[in-house]
Amino acid sequence: MNDLLTAVQMYDFYLKELQLYLDTHPTCADALAAYGEYNDLRKKAYDMYLEKYGPLIPSQAGGKERFSWVDDTWPWERSDD
Amino acid sequence: MFEYEKKLQYPIKIKKPDAALAKLIITQIGGPDGELGASQRYLSQRYTAPYSEVKGLLTDIGTEELSHIEMVSAILYQLTRGLSIDEIKKSGFDTYFVDHTSAIYPVAASGAPFTATYFQSKGDIITDLTEDMAADAAVRQTRPSLKADMLKDCRASCKIFLDNLQQSTAYMLIFLYLIDRTGPI
Repeated sequence: MNDLLTAVQMYDFYLKELQLYLDTHPTCADALAAYGEYNDLRKKAYDMYLEKYGPLIPSQAGGKERFSWVDDTWPWERSDD
Repeated sequence: MFEYEKKLQYPIKIKKPDAALAKLIITQIGGPDGELGASQRYLSQRYTAPYSEVKGLLTDIGTEELSHIEMVSAILYQLTRGLSIDEIKKSGFDTYFVDHTSAIYPVAASGAPFTATYFQSKGDIITDLTEDMAADAAVRQTRPSLKADMLKDCRASCKIFLDNLQQSTAYMLIFLYLIDRTGPI
């Protein structure tokens, strides 16, 4: 199991649900604080993932000889094996 | 705008192909209460929503439904990998396979192709939010019947349906809350 990807997925899922709550409660101080806190945690895991495994969005794909966006396994093929 | 992020919302790892199960699960994409209809319902309704909170919510839930299409597609893709002709015939998957092979195509479990008549976008906040609430109530009804089948062979991917069941319950309550806040009709 790719622990970094799992971490990013967990943080993203939590943030997404929190985002829906904030949509209807945009002034809730507790939710806003949690949103900031988990965004920071998510960013750390996200940056570590990018460094180790490559781009998650096309603009992160670099390189002079080959566009790395098309490399790696695609998500629906990603396997723990 | 939308930008693709190269990851699933939740990891999908199916241990064993199961064409019969795929034939049922496909309705979660192209069926009357599937994710394709859900995404188009929310993303279409948001433009005429009168309050910024509702515009935000419909945008965010609609976007999330797009991620759900991808997850269900990944489940289907993995459930139908490496099937033998015999397995395809015995499982009843042959009626799908003859038209689409193992490619992902939005149909209901009955084989009926996806249609935009599965949702409405009416420009009235009470009408639209009531439709949204009913849509998530319908998802809550479809999921348990699939869950029993998922538990049989695909323990790894079952959790996603359990989690998503709670999610549709939450969505239903959010829409109920908004209808209530919108005030007397």
